[in-house]
Amino acid sequence: MNTTSSLRGTAAIVGVGESDQLGRLPDRSALQLHMEAARNALADAGIGVGEVDAVFSSGRNMANEVPEYLGIRPRFVGGTQVGGCSFLLHIEHAAAALAAGLCSVALITHGESGYSRVGHPRQRWGDDSVNNQFEIPHGTTGPATGYGLVATRHMHEYGTTSEDLAEIAVATRAWASLNPRAFARDPITIEDVLASRIISWPLHLLDCCLVTDGGGAVVLTRAERAADLPAPPVFVLGTGTAIGHLMVSQMENFDRWDAAERAGAAAFAMAGVGPTDIDVTQLYDAFTIVPLLALEALGYCGRGESGPFVRGQRTAPGGAFPLNTNGGGLSYTHTGMYGIFMIIEAVRQLRGLRGPAQVQGARTALCHGTGGEWSSAATVILSLDR
Amino acid sequence: MTTDAYAGPLPLPTPESRPFWDAAIKHRLSIPYCDRCARWFFYPRPLCPFCLGDAVTWRDASGRGALVTFVINPRGPKNFPITGPYVVGIVELAEGPRMMSRIVDVEPVPERLTCDMPLEVGFEDLTPTVSVPVFRPVDRT
Repeated sequence: MNTTSSLRGTAAIVGVGESDQLGRLPDRSALQLHMEAARNALADAGIGVGEVDAVFSSGRNMANEVPEYLGIRPRFVGGTQVGGCSFLLHIEHAAAALAAGLCSVALITHGESGYSRVGHPRQRWGDDSVNNQFEIPHGTTGPATGYGLVATRHMHEYGTTSEDLAEIAVATRAWASLNPRAFARDPITIEDVLASRIISWPLHLLDCCLVTDGGGAVVLTRAERAADLPAPPVFVLGTGTAIGHLMVSQMENFDRWDAAERAGAAAFAMAGVGPTDIDVTQLYDAFTIVPLLALEALGYCGRGESGPFVRGQRTAPGGAFPLNTNGGGLSYTHTGMYGIFMIIEAVRQLRGLRGPAQVQGARTALCHGTGGEWSSAATVILSLDR
Repeated sequence: MTTDAYAGPLPLPTPESRPFWDAAIKHRLSIPYCDRCARWFFYPRPLCPFCLGDAVTWRDASGRGALVTFVINPRGPKNFPITGPYVVGIVELAEGPRMMSRIVDVEPVPERLTCDMPLEVGFEDLTPTVSVPVFRPVDRT
C-alpha cells in the first residue's frame, strides 16, 4: 500500500501518564491534573522536564497557560481545540514538528475538572454565536442531542436497535470491571441499559459517558532518540484528521460519519495497514452510537453493519474484537475531553502492561476520536513495529 | 409561549443574520440565496459558502420541508420554557438547506414521528422582538 506522508514511523511515544487519581477530585484544579499527568508521563519516559521544548494542550485559554504552570518555556506550542479528540491531532502535529526539527521532546497534556469544576473555564457559547442563534434556542441539550440525532437516523436507515447500542455499554463495562482505576466497574446487562432513564431519546443514561475529573499526558520524541529510552517505543505509524462542521445541523449526512471516513482513510494510507492489521482498537465512546459509526467509517464493517458487528458481546473481554479495553469513556473515565486516555491505553496495551485486560500479542493499535458533535474526527495508528 | 419574562436561551443577531431574525418576527422564513450558484444556503453569511461570491440575496422559502432526524428530550436546558418532553430535529427545507428546529403539534413519542416525514414551518414568538421558526407535521387529510 502506498503511504501518503513521510511522517510514517518518524515519531515515537516514549512516555504516558495520568493524574494520580481519576474520578471525582474536588481537591484538584484542572491545571494540577495537567501537572500530575505531565510529571508521571515524563517519569515514565525517563526524560527531565528541562528537555521538553514543545507543549501541546487544549483549552479555552491561551496556550501559554499550561507551559507556564508546568515551568516550561517551549519553542513550539500547540493549542488546537477541536473537542475531545484534540490530543489525537496533537500527535500528528507533534510528529510533524519533530520531523521538521522544530522540537526534540514533545509533551501533550490534558487536565480537566469536568465534574468538580475546579479551575474549569467557562464554556458557554456567546449570545451572538452561531450556536446560540441557530441551535440552542430550539432546545438542544448539548452532546446528547447532537449524538442522538445520528442514532435516530441510523436506526431508521439500517434497523439498528437500542439493544445494539446497549451491547457497547455492556461490553465496555466488562472491560472496566477488569480495571481497578475505572470509575464504574459493576457489571451491567442490556436490560439495565434499556431500563435506564432517557437522556435524549433514543439515548439512555447508560448509553452516555461518565463525567469525571482527571488528567493524562503523552511524551514523544523522534524514533532514533526513542531507542535509547527505558520504555519500548511505540511508533506513530499513521495519522488522519478531518474537520466536518461545528454545529451538528451542518453535518454532511446523519446515517454515516463522513469526516471519520476521511480521517481513517488517511491514517490507514499513511500507516500502510488496514483494519484487519489492528490488534486492539480504542474508539471514542462519548455515547454508544459513536463506536458503531466509527466501526463503519473505518472499514471494520460496512455501512449499516455495525449493529450486527457488535452483537453477542463481540467487543467484550474474550470476544473476537477487543474494543475500549480500559473501560472507555462510558465506564473508565470521561473528563470532558477523553481522547488522551485512548492513546494512553493503546500504549499500555502495546507494552503488554494491562494484566487481566491485556490483549495477548498486541503489536498494532488504533485510536479514533470524535470532537464536538461528530464535528471533528481523528485517527492515530500506533505500533511496536516501524 | 409569548412572555416578556422569557428566560430561555435567546439568539442575539449579528449583522449578517439580522435579516433572518427581522423576517422571523413577521413570520416569514427568509433564507439567503446565491445567484451565481443558484443555490440556497443556511445559516446566513454575507458571502456564499459554496463560492465565496457576493451575489447573495434574501428570499422567502416555501416553508415546506422534511424531517431528516430527531431526538425527544425529556426536559430542556436551564430555563427552557417547555417542562415536559419535546422534539428537536433537523429539517431539510424544500429549497435544500437544513436547520435545527423544534417539531411541534405532534405527541413527543417515537411512534408519532418518523424520519423523512413532511413538515411545514410555523413561528413561535419568544419575546416581542424574537420569533423562532418551528415545524409541524403536514396534515395529510
